[in-house]
Amino acid sequence: MSDLELRGVTKAYGAAQVIKGVDLHVAQGEFCVFVGPSGCGKSTLLRMISGLEPISGGEVRIGGEVVNHLGPAERGLAMVFQSYALYPHMTVRQNLSFGLENLRAPKSEIAERVTAAAQMLQIDKFLDRRPKDLSGGQRQRVAIGRAVVREPRIFLFDEPLSNLDAELRVEMRGEISRLHRRINNTMIYVTHDQVEAMTMADKIAVLRDGRLEQFGRPLDLYNTPDNTFVAGFIGSPRMNFFKGHVRGGAVTLDAGTTVPLPAGKFQLAEGAAVTLGIRPNGMKPGNAGLPLTVASVERLGGESYLYGTAPDGTAVTVHSPGQTRIEPGTQIALALDADDAHLFSTDTTRSLLRKDA
Amino acid sequence: MTPFLTRTRGRQRLHWTDWLAYAYLCLGVLLMFGPVLWLVISSFKTERELQHYPPRLLPYVQKMEKVPGYSDPLPVFKVTAGPLAGQEVAQVRRIGIVSQVVRPDAPQTIVKVPIKDRKPVEHVALATSNYAKLFKRFNFFQFFYNSTFITVVATIITLLINSMAAFALSKYDFRGRGTVMALIIGTLMIPPTVVLVPLFLIVRDFGMIDTLWGVIIPGAATPTGVFLLRQYMLTIPDEILDAARMDKASEWKIYWRIILPLSAPALAVLAILSIMWRWNDFLWPLIALQRQEHFTLQLALNSFRGEFNTDWASLLAMTVLTLVPIVAVFAFLQKYIATGIASTGGK
Repeated sequence: MSDLELRGVTKAYGAAQVIKGVDLHVAQGEFCVFVGPSGCGKSTLLRMISGLEPISGGEVRIGGEVVNHLGPAERGLAMVFQSYALYPHMTVRQNLSFGLENLRAPKSEIAERVTAAAQMLQIDKFLDRRPKDLSGGQRQRVAIGRAVVREPRIFLFDEPLSNLDAELRVEMRGEISRLHRRINNTMIYVTHDQVEAMTMADKIAVLRDGRLEQFGRPLDLYNTPDNTFVAGFIGSPRMNFFKGHVRGGAVTLDAGTTVPLPAGKFQLAEGAAVTLGIRPNGMKPGNAGLPLTVASVERLGGESYLYGTAPDGTAVTVHSPGQTRIEPGTQIALALDADDAHLFSTDTTRSLLRKDA
Repeated sequence: MTPFLTRTRGRQRLHWTDWLAYAYLCLGVLLMFGPVLWLVISSFKTERELQHYPPRLLPYVQKMEKVPGYSDPLPVFKVTAGPLAGQEVAQVRRIGIVSQVVRPDAPQTIVKVPIKDRKPVEHVALATSNYAKLFKRFNFFQFFYNSTFITVVATIITLLINSMAAFALSKYDFRGRGTVMALIIGTLMIPPTVVLVPLFLIVRDFGMIDTLWGVIIPGAATPTGVFLLRQYMLTIPDEILDAARMDKASEWKIYWRIILPLSAPALAVLAILSIMWRWNDFLWPLIALQRQEHFTLQLALNSFRGEFNTDWASLLAMTVLTLVPIVAVFAFLQKYIATGIASTGGK
């Protein structure tokens, strides 16, 4: 059993609290992605799990046992770093076997495991090279290989793909996913890229400012975000937010339009200040609806994006399938699809979705 | 090498700056290499030749000849005036301004020749006896061993403890780290002569006076070394250390297997500096060492200089031998000095 559980974990540097109490349970074999903007504490949280960073409060449990006081090595984890952190003076083979040597594994077993890991990651041709003679992608594979040979209980990845170019990043993304399916270990993956999070994760933990904003399966986060932050962070391009007030079962936007809401879906209080969230693909250019001044158009061939502003100055992004004829500078009207709409309280930013509905 | 040395600014003819540059460089070579060359040549001169006035560049020795009836070889002169003019004669003895000589073919007949009428017969030859004497009359190997032992052991200890201090100061975050660093750097401002007496008292109380360890230990930790290594170690990414910790490496192992190999260029620089300093060190060994069998080469050199007379021939020969190892070290390791210093604090 190697699940991971965080109970009220906090971290403070002097008076500054960086992690403000995180509760989380990652089940055995799950691929969990920590995502959030830079400075949200996701890397710190990962380092606290790894043991490289001491924990100020709360408990970290691995496989049910509290590991707060164990050093990084005793926790049985392996980590892949953003900068790869390969040992520059050692060959790839020595890089892979260093950890096993420290565990005092027999020589034959080390050789066996190194060969197996190298073959799996297709780095067996470079075993006698130094890291400086490898390309970025190859170094990344070596870094992953170094984690794999140790056969850890949990893999930790700290933004491992951010130093690669876009093409290689997509390729390595697939490779890490395949690796996960193959060895089926628990993996914790830190990234600021929500696309990586959506494509790879079994579960996503969205962090902001040292707090866990929402934890769940990627599509659950997409479909039912708990608050405006998660709603804005997950999904690309980001969700459009319109401020307004509840008027008789509908929302009157500050932009002037009234959007009827599906009955019973939201907890509504007459006159309450609310924020309506609609994804770019929840709106269509139509004959009547929200007026929009189009500022620019992105034509990608298969789809198009319109960028513009509503009468109250809100920036709006609209997704339009296929190729559009709308030109920048024109006035259009947007039909809002209320079934796909999300509603949040403007004061608390929390979702007004009825949980029982 | 040749294209580098003959590189000029002018394409076809030498530009005037080329003349200036070469003149300046030649002057530099003359100033720096001239004395060393003079020293080496002089070390092959006999004591007599060293006293010769005016001094001559090449080492000359007087021709000696074995004459029947005399046990020792006799110096040969050429007579310039008088009845024997133009002949080579062997001098038996000299009394005042008169020299008693014999002709080699008539060894029984002693002829008196005024010393102004004879000239020594000389030829260029290396007086290797200077060197032979070092090994026969003085215990050169003992001095050489002492110097080598002090240099090697002190350098190893210096590298070891300086790198450990530098590791702690560069990679561990602890309260007072800045203060410790400032204190270490601050000791650079205290001239070594100021602490000479207290240092002597401490070393004496530890019972290390007149032992080689008494020379090695006091200077083992150097602020320059700590600073140099720390600056270099700051450039080693912390993530590598974290990776090693995840790989279950102990802190000692991180130091030994990760930090030390990665600091090799800086260690080489420090090793060169330490070797040169230890080998050439004079003042502290002079104070700490008393018996002659513990003397280093530098102290032995000093002991050739007496108040009334100085054994210049031995002194020069020994100076040359003392120079050889340091020149060798410098020649082999000098490329590390430039690269190492460039990659530490200097850039």
